[in-house]
Amino acid sequence: MSCFDQPPILHVQPNEVDMSSPLMYGTPSSRVEGTPRSGVRGTPARQRPDLGSVRKAPQVDLHSDTDGAVASEPNAGQRLVIWGTDVNVGTCKEKFQRFLQRFTDPNSTEDENAGLDLNEPLYMQKLEEISVVGDPVLNVNCRHVQSFDAELYRQLICYPQEVIPTFDMAVNELFFERFPDSILEYQIQVRPYNALKTRNMRSLNPEDIDQLITISGMVIRTSQLIPEMQEGFFQCQVCAYSTRVEVDRGRIAEPAVCRNCNNTHSLALVHNRSVFSDKQMIKVQESPEDMPAGQTPHTTVVYAHNDLVDKVQPGDRVNITGIYRAVPMRVNPRQNNVKSVYKTHIDAIHFRKTDEKRLHGLDEEAEQKLFTEDRVQTLKELAAKPDVYERLSSALAPSIYEHEDIKKGILLQLFGGTRKDFSQTGRGNFRAEVNILLCGDPGTSKSQLLQYVYNLVPRGQYTSGKGSSAVGLTAYVMKDPETRQLVLQTGALVLSDNGICCIDEFDKMSDNTRSVLHEVMEQQTLSIAKAGIICQLNARTAVLAAANPVESQWNPKKTTIENIQLPHTLLSRFDLIFLMLDPQDEAYDRRLAHHLVSLYYQSEEQMEEEFLDMAVLKDYIAYARTYISPRLSEEASQALIEAYVDMRKIGSGRGMVSAYPRQLESLIRLAEAHAKVRFSEKVESIDVEEAKRLHREALKQSATDPRTGFVDISILTTGMSATARKRKEEVAQALKKLIQAKGKTPAMKYQQLLDDLRGQSETAITKELFDEALRALADEDYLTVTGKTVRLLA
Amino acid sequence: MIHINITDLWLSNYVPILIYSTASQNNSNSGWETKAVEFFQDQLKERDTHTLVPSLNDVPLHYLKPNSLVKFRCLIQDMFDPEFYMGVYETVDPSTKTKMLRCGKYKDVTECGVDFNSRNTVTAERQTFYCVPIPGENPWVKEISSSCLTEARVVPSTSYAPSRQKRSYEEDDDMDTQPQKQREPHAGPHSPSEHHGNGDCKRQETEAPSSQTASASHLDLNFPLPGEKGPSCLVKVYEDWDRFKLNDTLEVYGILSVNLQFILSMETAEEQRVHSPPASLVPRLHMLHAKPLPHNNPLLPSAALEDNSAFLSSTLSEMASVREEILSYFTHVLLGDALAAEYLILHLISNVYSRRDVLPLGKFTLNLSGCPTVASYTERFYQIIQQLVPSSHYLAMSLQNMNQMRLVPKKDYVANRLVSGALQLARNTSLFLDETQLEQGQLDTTGVRNVTALGNLISWQKVDYDFNYHQMEFPCNINVLIASEGRSLLPSDCQIHLQPQVAPSHLEESLSSIHMHPQASSQLNKFRIYLSMARLLDYSISDEVTKSVEDDFVDMRKDDPQSISAEDLHRMLVVARLLSLSLGQTSLSRDSWLRAKHIEMLRRSRMEQHKCVNGNEP
Repeated sequence: MSCFDQPPILHVQPNEVDMSSPLMYGTPSSRVEGTPRSGVRGTPARQRPDLGSVRKAPQVDLHSDTDGAVASEPNAGQRLVIWGTDVNVGTCKEKFQRFLQRFTDPNSTEDENAGLDLNEPLYMQKLEEISVVGDPVLNVNCRHVQSFDAELYRQLICYPQEVIPTFDMAVNELFFERFPDSILEYQIQVRPYNALKTRNMRSLNPEDIDQLITISGMVIRTSQLIPEMQEGFFQCQVCAYSTRVEVDRGRIAEPAVCRNCNNTHSLALVHNRSVFSDKQMIKVQESPEDMPAGQTPHTTVVYAHNDLVDKVQPGDRVNITGIYRAVPMRVNPRQNNVKSVYKTHIDAIHFRKTDEKRLHGLDEEAEQKLFTEDRVQTLKELAAKPDVYERLSSALAPSIYEHEDIKKGILLQLFGGTRKDFSQTGRGNFRAEVNILLCGDPGTSKSQLLQYVYNLVPRGQYTSGKGSSAVGLTAYVMKDPETRQLVLQTGALVLSDNGICCIDEFDKMSDNTRSVLHEVMEQQTLSIAKAGIICQLNARTAVLAAANPVESQWNPKKTTIENIQLPHTLLSRFDLIFLMLDPQDEAYDRRLAHHLVSLYYQSEEQMEEEFLDMAVLKDYIAYARTYISPRLSEEASQALIEAYVDMRKIGSGRGMVSAYPRQLESLIRLAEAHAKVRFSEKVESIDVEEAKRLHREALKQSATDPRTGFVDISILTTGMSATARKRKEEVAQALKKLIQAKGKTPAMKYQQLLDDLRGQSETAITKELFDEALRALADEDYLTVTGKTVRLLA
Repeated sequence: MIHINITDLWLSNYVPILIYSTASQNNSNSGWETKAVEFFQDQLKERDTHTLVPSLNDVPLHYLKPNSLVKFRCLIQDMFDPEFYMGVYETVDPSTKTKMLRCGKYKDVTECGVDFNSRNTVTAERQTFYCVPIPGENPWVKEISSSCLTEARVVPSTSYAPSRQKRSYEEDDDMDTQPQKQREPHAGPHSPSEHHGNGDCKRQETEAPSSQTASASHLDLNFPLPGEKGPSCLVKVYEDWDRFKLNDTLEVYGILSVNLQFILSMETAEEQRVHSPPASLVPRLHMLHAKPLPHNNPLLPSAALEDNSAFLSSTLSEMASVREEILSYFTHVLLGDALAAEYLILHLISNVYSRRDVLPLGKFTLNLSGCPTVASYTERFYQIIQQLVPSSHYLAMSLQNMNQMRLVPKKDYVANRLVSGALQLARNTSLFLDETQLEQGQLDTTGVRNVTALGNLISWQKVDYDFNYHQMEFPCNINVLIASEGRSLLPSDCQIHLQPQVAPSHLEESLSSIHMHPQASSQLNKFRIYLSMARLLDYSISDEVTKSVEDDFVDMRKDDPQSISAEDLHRMLVVARLLSLSLGQTSLSRDSWLRAKHIEMLRRSRMEQHKCVNGNEP
């Protein structure tokens, strides 16, 4: 024990009954001797360098050790405790065994407990698992210990170095009692995790030294394996007598005299007969989310021992449970002066990767701690307000003026729909994320909106279409210069899994890059086949993209597709497409001017208020995303069906289709997101109403046929409005007639034909239209076009 | 409670002694130590005592006494991990076996004979910042601030004869701690006079053994800008370290510690080199007090402007006339273009005064297009600016520079430090981007990244530091001036095309006259004060003017909606703000608004003419 130990607090045992029970009489060791447990005896104990001091000594020694210590305690008569602590080995063991035998957690949601009967004692089932699998490690959730026995938990946190070996003993006794025949490589080791003292690295302070802590962070560096000597083997050069010396607190007491031949300084260390254990230094950096703005992240050194070595890789997000240590540094071995600074590190006992769970879904535990009860209360109060939807949407990017519907759309995107799993019926996951495209004149603060969203969401990524390549978006394989290993580096889309990927200048992206998005935006996965690595990564990301019109200014006479020149296959994957145009009317101008001037001159308090809003908004979204998963009510599904049928009807009257199943899916997602905004577990008809309204608004803006003024969804789904398609067919027919009228001329001049057609037709025929008509006829195998000649076929 | 002649204290190195002894003798009642520190902080605020403290910026390290009070004007370049140290510990005298409590605060090394098992040990936490002199600080700032200090420097340095002895550093280590040990038992706060003539005050100069200097020469001191000189410092902060942010500029008052030592227990060699560099190169400074610097212009009083109303009113009244002078000077520099000169003034006094969600307000990046490419005009132009602003940096955007320079700071996980880049600059630094140096060619990955970083800096006033596994955004406040031939490829808030009134044939002649122009240093100082002052003023818009601005906007839109967009209004509001401030007016008047509108109109009409020249139109 070191100087950092707290002075012993002598607690009066809460349950006096145990103290007086016959089990307590006699030294604990004598009890162990009394019951024959050949299983424990027969299995070698393995050292636990993670617990710091060398406890290679078998349990009996530990007990006699305890006895010796007890004698020195002044009030030994009343209590038997380990020196420097208030831990009574016997009681502690007793309690832990009771915990193992009785603890159940009927509401467990942990992955580890999958397949276990939740109403049976949890840890007994795990012991059974150990007996079958033969992996002698028992992970114990500290939260369970705490709910079972708060006192035991306190001791575990305060004196892990003493309590964990006691747990080891307890579990081994219990195990070999249950499964006397099982053979393990070594004795079972208890690995507690999830100490409730879970902290951010920044809040570690001197009081945590030598305590059990859990911190979260990201692995940034792992060292090579370091062999650490546990036992030195010495051999006498004179008589070949050999002896073993254990390492004690990092030192080996080299025997000066040979016990056999009494020669001095004749013993030499034989390296390859000494015993070493594995050790690895791991550097952990605090996760970016935990950091206050304007500061650099802190790092902590973690030592992993034995089988924990190489469990984590750089880049992994982990929760580490371990003992926090501080060791004084010596300035110069020859001097007694010490640097007054301690070197700190954590001896890891348990690693838990947090990002591994992203395969299964959101990491609930990691996010749970975000909300205190007060916070939840405020959020719920806010949710109960009837105008919460408007409030939140106006809190979004307050510096951007108006564009209410766009802000509402983005708000719904931030909340997202409910994730549905249809993989059993073969369709895989349904997309829950809402994708939005903003297009419009340059300088209508599209980028600003994107920046805002990027700053708001925890897993946001911001890329610009100009600067990103397909690899930058997906993933690339890189050779690590140090290890020569191939490493998969993930790009923006994968990094924003469960978040939002903001893509600015979407129109400037190369086609190649854009094609990657097809898979992401519907299937929500990314397939990679590179340098021998083939994999499919999750990219459940919502896409918020901004595009500028091709001719720097939006041309109201053209359709959306024509204006931004994006393939319709991609456009149809956006749930909402908004136009951000300059409205150009006086009242609007006035309000805009007022808004801007006040932006440049506003008191500090108002700023403060807004800042608060952003924090609340962040929490509100995080809470809703984690805890609320609304389902469609009967009433709502009826409303949705009606809405869909209505949408299809609108178009059918004019020979156009104005809705496809994709639009129905969009509606459902939007309605779900709106229900989430209300913190409602049920999608009701008001949600459907709003979803319908917003969807209609977006369509009105983006899918209106400029020639007819009607909403025509086929602009987005086929890239061409129904009227335009009709016109194309007409021209093709006219051309065919013209050619047929010419009689049997197998070949014609291109220009000649165009002029003829122009002369014949009442409406203007553009060259493009003519080309399209030719192509249509070529598709019919009626003619072919080679260079400047048109040839008839057959 | 402490009655000492304070001036005596500054002149000698009793400060640390006082603090050590109060702390170590009264650790049971820690109030003592806090009081002593408070006392010094008050003294620093109240009088001009701070000019008496020698500055690490000006005084070479070997002229400073170890364990004496020094100050350091610096930028926080990196923040290291917090460290635990022995706040209070107990020593056992090997001969007498007497135990004694000691204080480990403000020190690097403990006394001999630490009792590690003592129950009285208190572990405390402190934070280390790696500080560098303010990057890009111009020579005139250094000159003036060091001349202010001469009186402070004279006294301590005269008491030391410059005769030095060479010692090995182990011996040195002893020497540093030994005298204190002798002093400490009787060096209470009640008897400082006893020590006035004590031989201990004699200088204990530390000089690095030659072997060490050799090894240190390849130590990268991690200055953000290439070619910088000056000491960097490891500042140990004992309280409230959360209030400091990366890239803050501070004046740190603290106890200098130059104990030479080697700690062999760092994880890697690189990390060892970075985190405990030789103290002769990177001294340690134990912070007693830190003063955030709103500016680093030595000509301005360092106290807040409100506290110095006399200075404020006298400069305010002069501002309009100084503006005229500086305008005519800039017109001359800009080859007779008065409008461009006007915009240059506005640019030089711009400042990000606030942020609304992601939008920085008040930034005014100027793109000066149409710069002559002959006679190294841009370099000469930069030299003029350098003479006027406290800190600036010239970045030639040549293809080679863009492809090779490190602009964005990057975390080096091997050495565990933030490797600095040229964009890690203090607030209000003028960054001069010379795009005339750019030639045709291929930008590689680094080049594209650098250009993106510059674009982000201009549009959002932020730099995304590269932490390898993720990026972290650090807001900044840098005045970017882009000199280019055509329109710049980087975004800018305002572009003005230079219209030289000088015939190309006379350019050389005219340029040489800029430097010939005898600018009296008093004149220069007037300009320097003017530019820094205008930036620090408060500003407001009355409701009345707000109304008229709104009306104006609506009217302008009515005539031709294409002529003015929301973005134009943004810019006009900034121009109006800067114009008012440049005239020394702290609120927007109708006149200034009209004037702002007028110069904007002039500028736009000039842009129309040059539309055909631009290659970078969107």
